Amino acid sequence: MKCWVYDGAMTMIFGIPVQAFLGQLLVGLINGSFYAMLSLGLAVIFGLLRVINFAHGALYMLGAFIGYLLLTRFGIGYWPALILSPLIVGGFGVVVERLALSRLYDIDPLYGLLFTFGLALVLEGVFRYYYGVSGSPYSVPPLLSGGTNLGFMFLPNYRGWVVVASMIVCFGTWALIEKTRLGSYLRAATENPGLVQAFGVNVPLLLTLTYGLGAALAGLAGVLAAPIYQVSPLMGSDLIIVVFAVVVVGGMGSILGAIVTGYMLGLAEGLTKVFYPEASNLVVFVIMAIVLLVRPAGLFGRDA
Amino acid sequence: MAELTLRETRAKNSARLEWALVGLGILALLVAPFFVYPIFLMKMLCFALFACAFNLLLGYTGLLSFGHATFFGGAAYFTAYAVKVLGWPPEAGILLGVLGAALLGLVIGFFAIRRQGIYFAMITLALSQMFFFFCVQAPFTGGEDGIQGVPRGRLFGMLDLNVSVNIYYFVLAVFLIGVFAIWRIINSPFGMILRSIRENEGRAISLGYSVANYKLAAFVMSATLAGLAGALKAIVFQFATLTEVTWQMSGEVILMTLLGGIGTMVGPIIGASLVVGLENTLATSSFPVTIATGLTFMVCVLVFRRGIVGEVYARFLGPKGDAKD
Repeated sequence: MKCWVYDGAMTMIFGIPVQAFLGQLLVGLINGSFYAMLSLGLAVIFGLLRVINFAHGALYMLGAFIGYLLLTRFGIGYWPALILSPLIVGGFGVVVERLALSRLYDIDPLYGLLFTFGLALVLEGVFRYYYGVSGSPYSVPPLLSGGTNLGFMFLPNYRGWVVVASMIVCFGTWALIEKTRLGSYLRAATENPGLVQAFGVNVPLLLTLTYGLGAALAGLAGVLAAPIYQVSPLMGSDLIIVVFAVVVVGGMGSILGAIVTGYMLGLAEGLTKVFYPEASNLVVFVIMAIVLLVRPAGLFGRDA
Repeated sequence: MAELTLRETRAKNSARLEWALVGLGILALLVAPFFVYPIFLMKMLCFALFACAFNLLLGYTGLLSFGHATFFGGAAYFTAYAVKVLGWPPEAGILLGVLGAALLGLVIGFFAIRRQGIYFAMITLALSQMFFFFCVQAPFTGGEDGIQGVPRGRLFGMLDLNVSVNIYYFVLAVFLIGVFAIWRIINSPFGMILRSIRENEGRAISLGYSVANYKLAAFVMSATLAGLAGALKAIVFQFATLTEVTWQMSGEVILMTLLGGIGTMVGPIIGASLVVGLENTLATSSFPVTIATGLTFMVCVLVFRRGIVGEVYARFLGPKGDAKD
């Protein structure tokens, strides 16, 4: 393998043109943005509710579809959808938590996983029934169409926006949980819900809001994803299993851990696409296996 | 996993009911092909064995695997490849499928038992998805087409499996042997240790049992028997496709077990029959199977977690005031 070969016309890294290399790295960063946003939501929900939300991918799909329906049925564009869709998905999450999940807290957490698995199947099935499996395109908003030449590579504006937006979302959620009073209640309730309730904090409401917040995050990720990937009923289930692997690698002990692991694994996937494309689907799972061997609790995990 | 437990008195009564059901069930299965379409019955038997194998892990060891499709579908691929491409006789093909599933079980189990509970489920899911991607790309699986037109051949060179009656009784025999093996495992000292791990892992460790080894052994046994079901299915239906290694298939076997009754011998068989029957019915209507499956899942979890057989036990056999969960 040749390193840093300069052949006059184009710079190479490990025998790969820099353009292709950076292009795949960008794809990896974009995928990583979605891994980070979704694994963050999973970690927030799991931290407080002790429920692994299998429906997270379906909620992400729901967010994208609501954005798509707002545009095609009501003519409501991307920017309002960016607010409306997460609100609707969050509201849906609140209803699900109140009606069903809240009845499952006292029993084995596996039942929460099974319930949300059923929910995911139903959501996916409904959209498949009405819209088929083929995806529908969602065009990039006019403000962000086109691209910018960064000198060393061409960056489509929308992709740049997704990376920035996902970082804002991740940092915002982290700040909400680590730096605000509401967040301190949330963290306290994660440690000892009974004691927090004894101090007069409405813990059941906190649980409901947390699931709503997690669902809204998934919905927001869905709207952000709509112009990049096709809006399709299967978009969530393809993603959620990779996100599970991300969560196993990161461990669900820390919010920051979930975010960092998401971006890292996205980049690792992008790099694999450059050097060994056949394995790009597998690399996240391979990393998961290695982490399980070396550090079973996960890179940032506290629980064994 | 305390809520998956049957109380001791109930367990004794339920054993009696199970024997009665088993007798009736075997009788019914012996005469069934004269009344019901044999292909449907064989599909039911294959999935019932699959669900029983899965239940060995979930119901009796307390481990929820979300990746059992790997063993079922993997074995189907190995068997189909051996019989179709290598020209092996069916019994050798099935043996290869079973051994392959055992090996896959050993590898996936080795990684998965390093974490517990919810993580265990996620790891098995992720690793089985990895196997799915492997099957999509590997040359021997035939990609999207799968392996089609697998010959049924002659069992031990004598019994022609293309005759409908022959293959039915062969499948029935393998099914009964498989279920008997599971029953023996559960009611052996080894099975008692598995149950003690389900009830209280920490205490099992403190009693000196190397819990990790027992879990791995249970995982491999469950994978092996799931492989037997998958290998059988490949011979019966004469194909092996990607459908059998998807996570939806892993979900399906969970549903069969949950619907019938986790931790009961008969439950998964009844659950599998119902799910296969439901799918057959829906196949002719326009109502999507996924929605029906998902709704059944949600209803099961919310209103009858013990499953059909479990609820029957609780209602008719259990001591009063015992229905806590």
